[in-house]
Amino acid sequence: MPSVSDILETMDYGPAPEAAGEVLKWLSARGDFGHYINGRFTPPGTTFEVRNPATGDLLARVSQGGEADVAAAVKAARAALPRWSKLSGHDRARHLYALARHIQKRERFLAVLETLDNGKPIRETRDIDVPLVARHLYHHAGWAEMLAEEFPGQGPVGVCGQIIPWNFPLLMLAWKIAPALAAGNTVVLKPAEYTPLTALAFAEICAEVGLPKGVVNIVTGDGATGAALVAADVDKIAFTGSTEVGRAIRKATAGTGKKLTLELGGKSPFIVFADADIDGAVEGVVDAIWFNQGQVCCAGSRILVQEGIAGTFTERLTARLGKLRLGDPLDKSTDIGAIVDPVQLARIRDLVAQGQAEGAVLHQAPCQLPSRGSFFAPGFFTNVAPANIVSEVEIFGPVATLTTFRTPDEAVELANNTRYGLAASVWSENINLALDVAARVKAGVVWVNATNIFDAGAGFGGYRESGFGREGGREGVGEYLSEAPVKAKAESAPVTLETGPVPEAPAGVEPIDRTAKLYIGGAQKRPDSGYSYAVRGKGGVIGLAGLGSRKDIRNAVEAAHKAAGWGRATGHNRAQVLYYLAENLAAREAEFALRLKSAGSPKPAEEVATAIRRAFYYAAQADKFDGAVHATKSAHVTLAMPEPFGVMGIACPTDAPLLGLLSLILPAIAMGNRVVAVPSQNMPLSATDLYQVFDTSDLPGGVVNIVTGPRDDLAKTLAAHDDVAAMWYCGSPEGARMVEAESAGNLKVTWRVQNRDWLGAEGQGRGFLSRATQIKNIWVPYGE
Amino acid sequence: MQAEAVHSLSRNERNPGVPLTPDWFDHIAVNTPAAERRAATLTTRRTVKKEWQAAWLVNAIRCMDLTTLSGDDTPDRVRRLCAKARQPLADRILVGLGLDRVTTGAVCVYPTMVSTAVKALAGSGIPVASVATGFPAGLMPLNLRLAEILYAVDQGAEEIDIVITRAHVLDGNWSALYDEVAAMREAAGAAHLKAILATGDLKTLRNVYKASMVAMQAGADFIKTSTGKEGVNATLPVSLVMARALRDYGARTGFRIGFKPAGGMKTAKDAIAWQILMKEELGNDWLRPDLFRLGASSMLGDIERQLEHHVTGRYAASSRHALA
Repeated sequence: MPSVSDILETMDYGPAPEAAGEVLKWLSARGDFGHYINGRFTPPGTTFEVRNPATGDLLARVSQGGEADVAAAVKAARAALPRWSKLSGHDRARHLYALARHIQKRERFLAVLETLDNGKPIRETRDIDVPLVARHLYHHAGWAEMLAEEFPGQGPVGVCGQIIPWNFPLLMLAWKIAPALAAGNTVVLKPAEYTPLTALAFAEICAEVGLPKGVVNIVTGDGATGAALVAADVDKIAFTGSTEVGRAIRKATAGTGKKLTLELGGKSPFIVFADADIDGAVEGVVDAIWFNQGQVCCAGSRILVQEGIAGTFTERLTARLGKLRLGDPLDKSTDIGAIVDPVQLARIRDLVAQGQAEGAVLHQAPCQLPSRGSFFAPGFFTNVAPANIVSEVEIFGPVATLTTFRTPDEAVELANNTRYGLAASVWSENINLALDVAARVKAGVVWVNATNIFDAGAGFGGYRESGFGREGGREGVGEYLSEAPVKAKAESAPVTLETGPVPEAPAGVEPIDRTAKLYIGGAQKRPDSGYSYAVRGKGGVIGLAGLGSRKDIRNAVEAAHKAAGWGRATGHNRAQVLYYLAENLAAREAEFALRLKSAGSPKPAEEVATAIRRAFYYAAQADKFDGAVHATKSAHVTLAMPEPFGVMGIACPTDAPLLGLLSLILPAIAMGNRVVAVPSQNMPLSATDLYQVFDTSDLPGGVVNIVTGPRDDLAKTLAAHDDVAAMWYCGSPEGARMVEAESAGNLKVTWRVQNRDWLGAEGQGRGFLSRATQIKNIWVPYGE
Repeated sequence: MQAEAVHSLSRNERNPGVPLTPDWFDHIAVNTPAAERRAATLTTRRTVKKEWQAAWLVNAIRCMDLTTLSGDDTPDRVRRLCAKARQPLADRILVGLGLDRVTTGAVCVYPTMVSTAVKALAGSGIPVASVATGFPAGLMPLNLRLAEILYAVDQGAEEIDIVITRAHVLDGNWSALYDEVAAMREAAGAAHLKAILATGDLKTLRNVYKASMVAMQAGADFIKTSTGKEGVNATLPVSLVMARALRDYGARTGFRIGFKPAGGMKTAKDAIAWQILMKEELGNDWLRPDLFRLGASSMLGDIERQLEHHVTGRYAASSRHALA
């Protein structure tokens, strides 16, 4: 050890290791771990090794869960469900409160264990992960207490299968378990195979606080265990992890009726404008991509800097990079710990090498890597072309890309030039600019002049291929509640489409022959196929409708994208259009009723009258269904803004040809979406009659597009379309399964709409509006 | 340290100042929450333990302007302070640390106490710093403030801690501020000039940056946070912004400016915190008394207790240490 005199010369920090003795003692006392099922640990089965990534040392052997283990855990959770869900909110709150308190009492133990298992610095586990875990449990103790009052009529989903990643093992556990338990669900959780240890310690804490057995079950294992859990008899799957696995889960759960939330990958932009606090932004990069070794789904991994300050910014970023300390994660002065596993390290190395081979220039911290363990020196790339692999692919390591932009428009364009949409960070001292960009960037979380700030009171989750669903806040609790059940009604079977001439006398005689075309971009278009099909009413054929095809869907989606201004219009503007639509529909009430009557609708007049009322209802909601300011940290405004998805696909029921269509498209457009709708396949003429109503109601072209034809074929094209952000489908179970499976391509949000009594109260409501929006949380710290 | 790569900073050359150049600070952006976050996590990202902690605490003493600035200061009180400055640590602690001699960086007093301090410190090599220019408010006619500098220098002060006219900052009257500090620098002559910005009165971090830059442009050798008499004295966010200002000045001119936080720092923990800030933001050169001073009085007592604990393994009592 150097003397005080020596140190006075070097002024080094010296070692400051956190002791791990207590935790190692616990690990050795426990021996091999089994699963935690029904309130106790099973005997260890086939085990796999869990190693400390900083040293390669063996920490524990943990059981590989198989189908039988998963089934036993699900059975235990199922058995525990009735009692747990019937406990009063207050009683569940007491349990969650006890868990929160015990996390705090074990905070150092859990921080050390997490650091050993994951390799992240003790500074982070101690100051960030574990405090956030406790905060999450406290917050949700509160939701449990208030559940009945705040979410009237809603109940738990049931047994939830939860699969969590290795980057924030205990924190992701808390994000999953706390809301599930608060809402009265029971859970089976599978921690990541690299990092199962804090979950197992949490299992002991569950026992320690007297949580009823079976409420929380923990099954360890690898991806196969996760797949078994997805396939098991659970009511919901909540997954955090890679987009690739998320896609597989979307496909696997398609048509099963399992509720699904996915929190997936990202390639989040970190936008620095010329008027930003450059030093603040440089420090932001440290908290963005050099946090947790860059193994952060919402990491600001694409740094976009305005040209004028790029030189200064890069210089200061390089200087700051040089100050990072890499090494023993247990050392209190370590910034960069170990990569979670040698497999991940190899992946990072490969991607970085490939990025360099494709021409990017790597700037890396000049730090000495330890002789053993999985370490990677942090850095960033310059000279990165947009098509370079490191521009597109999530590296999931401590390496960002740095590119420049010229104007705010270009910054937004570059920011949104990604398949992901998890988070964004915007740096500017100009509040107009910062909030404008925050509004325009496609991301579920936006931090203004900050990055990676988390709180249980705010929702977290992505747009686009970063997944769907939110964790945290009111919106997160909603993901663990089932809506009041709708009284489902079987719809009429879709008719076979006859495209040849029908040599029958027409059921009704039009004074002049009418041609119902498609409605695309505000104009009537012939179907690309050149075919029409016969629409039969009560007494026979009542007209012909265009036979839409994939190409018409393509054109309709393009037209919908061109109408983006609709999403930026005020709620008041949209309300005016909807009121006007109601007015014009009312003017032609008799004609629409007659058409429905000729089609054989049971209550034609009532259907039209209800459609008019519905337009009034959504006009009323257009400027009222708004967001919230979440109570998070002091001196932070955290805005939860419902935003439209953009372009939505809507496949309508065969019944209620007018009201079924309007009940679905009105809430969607009221919130600012543009829709491509496939109306009732059996009776599309009520929809085609609406074209003139739309035209006379100042509805901008492209906001509503209607393609008539075979519903499930057209729905399949829509569900598979990568530029459609959400899809509602009302139809058969097979159709719903198809839509959910096809949606995996871009992970669009899907909603299987039950056919229902569209004339009744279940035909409208806030539920439709929340399905038509996604919540963006914008964090604005303030202070002078 | 980055500045070094850009310019070859000359270690010994005094800052001669540059003409007032508002371009260097007019559009400065300082985001307060971001600065506060950085300041709050500086000391959670770094720590020193055992021998290193001891060394860093000794270094804090080497960089300390041991200060008495009270209305009831007397020559005897100042002599006692000087004795402590000569020997801030008891011999037994020094021996335990394996060190021969440690002194504080300077002693800081009112102008009328300078001659007493100079005599008391004769032969020690410890410079005497004097506050001047109507400390602490500075609201005296400029000619009297300059006369006070001349008096203190004449009494033997080698360092002059001046206060600026806060109104010039609050009004954005940069030329008035520049002229005032430049005149003070001239009056100080060979004595080093430490410009006290009284950041607690300036309120915004942008004001702090701008005042720092004007003081350096006018020729200040050091920039200093506080008199110790404002409502809020040295804080880490303010120090962070000043450190970045002097980094930027160095990058533009090649001259190194010193930094002195003062007021409100009472504990050994504070001493470590500010040194971490210096090392992280500026580098090791700003851990030496020629570029870094801690303006403090009671902090020394806490450091001495911590160091005795380091040497003996027993928690210490201040009654066993010589009073300052």
